[in-house]
Formats: sequence, C-alpha cells, structure tokens
Amino acid sequence: MGLGSDMYRQQILDHYKNPRNYGELEDPTFTHIGENPMCGDEIRMDVKLDDDEETIERVAFSGDGCAISQASASMLSGKLHGKTVDELLEMDRDDVIDMLGVDISPMRVKCAVLAEKVAQDGAEIYQGELDVEKTTTED
Amino acid sequence: MSHQHLEALDVAAIREEFPILQREFDGQQVVYLDNAATTQTPDPVVDAMSDYYRESNANVHRGIHHLSQEASNAYETAHDRVAEFINADGREEVVFTKNTTEGENLLAYAWGLNELGPEDEVVLTEMEHHASLVTWQQIAERTGATVRYIRIDEDGRLDMDHAADLIADDTAIVSAAHVSNTLGTVNPVGQLTDLAHDHDALSFIDGAQAVPNRPVDVKAIDADFYAFSGHKMAGPTGIGVLYGKRDLFEELDPFLYGGGMIRKVTFEDSTWGDLPWKFEPGTPQIAEAVGLHAAVDWLEDIGLERIQAHEEELAAYAYDRLAAEDDVELYGPDGSDRGGLVSFNLDGVHAHDLTSIMNDHTIAVRAGDHCTQPLHDKLGVPASTRASFYVYNTREEIDKLVDALDDARQLFA
Repeated sequence: MGLGSDMYRQQILDHYKNPRNYGELEDPTFTHIGENPMCGDEIRMDVKLDDDEETIERVAFSGDGCAISQASASMLSGKLHGKTVDELLEMDRDDVIDMLGVDISPMRVKCAVLAEKVAQDGAEIYQGELDVEKTTTED
Repeated sequence: MSHQHLEALDVAAIREEFPILQREFDGQQVVYLDNAATTQTPDPVVDAMSDYYRESNANVHRGIHHLSQEASNAYETAHDRVAEFINADGREEVVFTKNTTEGENLLAYAWGLNELGPEDEVVLTEMEHHASLVTWQQIAERTGATVRYIRIDEDGRLDMDHAADLIADDTAIVSAAHVSNTLGTVNPVGQLTDLAHDHDALSFIDGAQAVPNRPVDVKAIDADFYAFSGHKMAGPTGIGVLYGKRDLFEELDPFLYGGGMIRKVTFEDSTWGDLPWKFEPGTPQIAEAVGLHAAVDWLEDIGLERIQAHEEELAAYAYDRLAAEDDVELYGPDGSDRGGLVSFNLDGVHAHDLTSIMNDHTIAVRAGDHCTQPLHDKLGVPASTRASFYVYNTREEIDKLVDALDDARQLFA
C-alpha cells in the first residue's frame, strides 16, 4: 500500500468500504448504542443469542464514523459469531487492536474500541449489571 | 482592507527563531498548520523565560529582597506592556488568567452568578467556542437566565438583523467570538458591543483567535471585557488575559480568593486589594508573564498589520486552492476577510482519517469539532479538518496539504 499509511491497510479499508453484517436485526436479544462525541463516531450493535442464552448467534451493526471505528465494528461482528457472552465480556482493547492488525495511535484507540465497548455494555445491561442509556468512549 | 503598502514578512528569517519547525519525523520536515490550537514559541520568548528562572526567580509582591523586587517588577511590567498592546488604560484593566477559558469563567462566576436572574438573557452566537457556550449555559442553569444565539447565515457570517432583534432590554450580556476558531469569520464586535450598550447590556469579546494576528484596540471596540490566551500568540501556555473596563472591574467581586489579593484580613472579614491584583490570588504565573511580555515585544517588532496581511494572504490562498477541488467542502466565508484558518472536509473521508493521513506526511492539522459541537451540528457534519496558519507558514506548506489530499483519495477510492 505504501505511502506510510500503515493504519489503513487493505483489510481495514475493505471492511470500511464493504462493511459485513451491516444493518439491524429484526429480533435482537439485546441492542445498544454508543458514540465518541468528539469524533462523531456512532455505532449501534444488535446481538441475537442462541436458545442457550449464552452463545452469540448473530451480530449486526449500524452507524457511521471514521474508517477505524467502522472497520472495527465490521470485523468484530464477524468475530463474535459463535462466542459466548462471557467471552465477549473478557475481551479487552488489545484484542481489538490485534484484530485490526495495525498500529493504532493513542488518539485513535477510542475509535478502535468503540464497537467492542458498545457490545460489552449491551451485554452487561442485558445481564442487569449496568444501567446506561448510551456508551461513550470519552473519559 | 488593503495591505498593499505593507512590506511582506521575511518568513525565512522568522523561521530561524523556531527550531521546532526544523523537526523531522520519518525523514519529513514538520509542516505545522495547527496554530489555532497553539502557536509555536520563538527563541526570544523561550530565552526570556529561561533568563527569568536563571537570574531573577522569586515570589512576587511581598518580598523585600532584591530578587523579589526584580520578579515583582517583571511581573507588574508585563501587565503594563499588555495594557499598551491592546490600548487599555493601564495595568488596572489587565488581569492575568490561565487562558481565555478562565477569563470567560472569571466573569461568568464573579458577575453572572451574582447578577443574573430569571428575567435576564445572555446573547451568544452560534459560532461560540465551548469556553463561552458551556460556561454561560451553566451559569444560566443556575440563575434561571435564558441563553439565546445569534444565527449565522449560509456564508458563515453573523446575521446582524437577527442580532438586532435578539439584543433587547432583557439582554444582560452579549458574549461573542472576535474571530471564529472554526469558520474563520471575523465578527463585527464593535457593532455587537454598540447593540449591547444600546440596551444597557455588557459586552464580552473572546479574542483568542484575533489578538494573535491583527491589531486589537479594546477602546475602539468599546468592549467591556475582552479575553485572550498567550499560547496562541507566540507566548507560553498557562497565561491568558482578561481585559475589563476599570469601573466595571472595581465593582466586581473576586472570583478566586487567597493570598496576594487582599488588603486587610481579620478572623471575621477581609477587604480586597487594588486592581488588577484582587483577581490574581496566590502565586501567579510569573515566568509566563515574562514570556507573554516578550511575545508582545516580538509580535510588535514584526508588526501586527503585517502579520494580519500575511495570514489573510495564506488563508485566501488555502481557501482558493481547496475550493478548486470538487470533492472538498469548505466552511465559513470566502474572500480575504477571514482569520488565518480554513476548515474543510474531503468527500467520503472522515476528518479523523484525513488528519491521520496528513500526519503520515508530517503535516500537523486538527480534526474534530474544534470545541464548537453545536456549530458542527448546524453544518451537518460530525467533524472537520482545520488548517490554521501563523507568521512562519508558507504557500509551499499549503501546497503540501493540498497534495496530500490525493493520498486520501487513493486510499478511500
């Protein structure tokens, strides 16, 4: 790719331009939204659980924002398929950065982790352990 | 405004005084176009502060020893120099703050919280910085006052008819940016102040983006209060200025309390010291005041009118070059009557992505809402990229910015 744009390797640009699992689920088990107010990145994550109420059957996301936030949501939506809610809650920011496979500058980390944080907060609200209307990655 | 008679800046010589502009990342020299956020600091300013610490450092006001006398003299003289710079009537009208934001808060707390009530209105503009907007919102919430906003038109200029409608007998204060940090619009702050005074309201002008790059005369504007920051005008961080008319400052209660601002203290009560010290409690920013003094000297040596001409020329050049690109959307008025900054978006590329790509070319620009979220909501974009210029910038640097757009287009095509 050259030009020093390491943060924008083909995979990220591909997910940004052709997002996977984009849209909203008809019957999500839980749904949650979040934003980076300073950037204007917005993500909605819909999660449908299996009958066992633990395994993630489907994930869809919608929203808009920068390439990093949207590609991260697209990649995460695929990665979560088949995982349990506990596995989702165990994920941390390093898992997201590994998934993106690029160096993320400190100021852009909040773009990268938005989708993960929205999915996790959605899961915790579903479990009754959290009460927030909207997730925000601003400290 | 014509600047034909002004001699152009010797930018090459000016750049010699900023070693930071020679810095390279990955073999590319930095192109610093983030001056509306903070300007770089020339050697004479750094030297003045360093000399102060090496030779004169002591606490001010209360010392009898030689060093304290020197430090006190330097600190107090800095007020005189700033007063002269903005045509204020002496040090009594110049309060040193941390920055413009603290100047806004000082007035909002010391005056607004005590004087405003449910019948009062605070008139702002839609292009206010959060420093003003958030502060007055909070004061309004606590006092029951109402905040109103003067509309901007399609070109990003204030709708002065709307201003004349809004500013009325219920108006207690009009607070407006002199130059918009997002749109670059130069507002008619003298006219706004006249409208305020016609209705016995106060006027507060946020000069953070004006004082660095144009001659500012607070008397000509007739502003009651005028605030700005040192670090946006070749000075240090940590110091700002709140100008206020002397009779208004005299009536005002202090905002912060402590040592250095009192006349007489008993276990029961205290009385306040003279202006401007009654607004500067505690050990103040002495080295920063010395640095600000040096920055004012440095700017006046170059000449504020020449700096303004240089900035307007760069802003017009950047605006024209970016306007020639079909996929670039620009915000704010066109023409040369604008502050030295240009905010824009490249179609299909989020401002943060564009700014990261600019950084790959070691071009420093800013992405985000520039502390004007409601204005960005009105523009219908979450964020924009802002290139902002100062005395040391060149057309060649703007060319690099425009060239780098191609890189973003290729990546996001």
